[in-house]
Amino acid sequence: MYFTSYEFIGFMAVTLVLYYLIPKRAQWMLLLTASAVFYALNGVTALFWTVGTGLTVHFSALLLDKLIKDGKAALKENEALTKEEKAGIRRKYANRRNLTIVLCLTVNIGALAFVKVSGLFAVLGISYYTLRAIGYLMDVNRGTVKAERNFFRFMLYLTFFPVVIQGPLTDYGKLTETLYGEHRFSWENIGRGLLRVLWGFFKKLVLADRVFVAVSAIVENESSFRGPWVLAGMALYTLELYADFTGGIDITIGISEMLGIRVQENFDRPFFSPSVKEYWRHWHISMAAWFRTYLFYPISVCPPMKKLLKFTRKHFGEKAGKRIPVYISSAIVWFATGLWHGPAANYITWAMLHFAILMISEELEPLYEAFHKKCAWASSKPYRVFMSLRTLFIVSALMQFDIFTSVPLYFKRFASVFTPGTAVFADLGLNPYDWVILMVGTLMMFAVSLLKGDGSLSEKLWQKPYICRTVAFAGLFLAVILFGMYGPGYDAGQFIYTRF
Amino acid sequence: MDELLNILSELHPDVDFEEEDMLVDDGIIDSFDIVTIVSEIQERMDVVIGAKYITPENFNSAEAIYDLIEQIREEEA
Repeated sequence: MYFTSYEFIGFMAVTLVLYYLIPKRAQWMLLLTASAVFYALNGVTALFWTVGTGLTVHFSALLLDKLIKDGKAALKENEALTKEEKAGIRRKYANRRNLTIVLCLTVNIGALAFVKVSGLFAVLGISYYTLRAIGYLMDVNRGTVKAERNFFRFMLYLTFFPVVIQGPLTDYGKLTETLYGEHRFSWENIGRGLLRVLWGFFKKLVLADRVFVAVSAIVENESSFRGPWVLAGMALYTLELYADFTGGIDITIGISEMLGIRVQENFDRPFFSPSVKEYWRHWHISMAAWFRTYLFYPISVCPPMKKLLKFTRKHFGEKAGKRIPVYISSAIVWFATGLWHGPAANYITWAMLHFAILMISEELEPLYEAFHKKCAWASSKPYRVFMSLRTLFIVSALMQFDIFTSVPLYFKRFASVFTPGTAVFADLGLNPYDWVILMVGTLMMFAVSLLKGDGSLSEKLWQKPYICRTVAFAGLFLAVILFGMYGPGYDAGQFIYTRF
Repeated sequence: MDELLNILSELHPDVDFEEEDMLVDDGIIDSFDIVTIVSEIQERMDVVIGAKYITPENFNSAEAIYDLIEQIREEEA
């Protein structure tokens, strides 16, 4: 059941009505039922995997909580312990906790790897809920959150339907601030949430699914779309992925908002970023944060890495020596990021190229600083625009690995940029009417990004006269109905990022 | 605190670490910087900051980092 389907709209309508009719303390149970139904409708056998992860992580987390409590008690019991004895007790309990974590991770990451590599099972959202479950487990181990004692409440966190298919990779503490609560009906929540959902529908059905036709044409007739078409393909796929992914997340956040649940933002005007480093703080924010929190920092401060640091400081000097372990940690994390997208050469190459760019930028940092100090015009608006365009160019070029899964072919295409391509414009499969819609839609997305600034656009809109909201609703609704790619002759398109 | 300010200033001499309180949120220090800071703190102040303590809240200002150091010192005592 895709978000952008009649069935889902019906499902949401029923869920919403029931949600606000039933006693508030039962709302989370309704959400769990709805999530189970949603998930089962996407393939019942997948539930086996999801419940498996739920059970193993839930009980591991409870065990961790117990070990933390027991560890603290053991320290308190004996006031007259020496520092070494205390460290010994801490180590003993830490070892038990680490064993618990290692076992749980092996089972769940093993399951994830098996499902993805074998391709035998279609398990909706496995890449996402597995990481979210691991994040929860690590947070319990760190004492950041307490383990959820109720298995069904935990299953709601794991399978919460707006989030299960393509994230965001939620932070357990943050999502559960509102997930289990009692929610009163509010016209503002419904209104702002619905507007956000409509905006997501617009981006997905009107823009992403439309430009998909052109991108498909390029991929299917790849050899005739070489030369300058390579650049056109870059622009088109970037448009498609942006509209598709951010549109899907808009629907996710919008639905949650209608339920009174706050889901964190996953994108923040990523193409305004002046550098690739900044880009990763504004694109797929939750993924970057997850890998930073649960992989990068633990690896870069772990004892073997510290030993390596001592070694590199000694043999490569202070400055270079300090950077080598950090780069190695970063390389490992980026490799894992590529692997998470898919155990294939194109994703890993994509990831390692991002790593290489970040590392090179880091090394060139002193040069950049000197340049910016020397040239006043480097702080000007036009130059900032140039930096954003440069970043957009780089990330768009790398995004092509998504659709050209053969690494040699990817490089072949870029090598052909200055040779002529044989295709003509009409071969892209869209008519002038479609192109106008795409251009207007792109301008609309750009305008929304400009207008929203650092805050929420719907919040600003709600402070304006009522007519403004009405126009926004009506406009978007009409646009989706009139220009949406749906109905007879169209294949409903699932979101791009659900395949990860 | 002085030692900490030294560590921070060596990384970014242009930043006023006594005033700034959005170091992570505003991207003034990045994840590479944080790892360097953590290793310098271990080297020069003999305090081991575990990965679990590396959160935006704990590194958003020099004061927050210092409070974290003190917290860890107390826990180890």
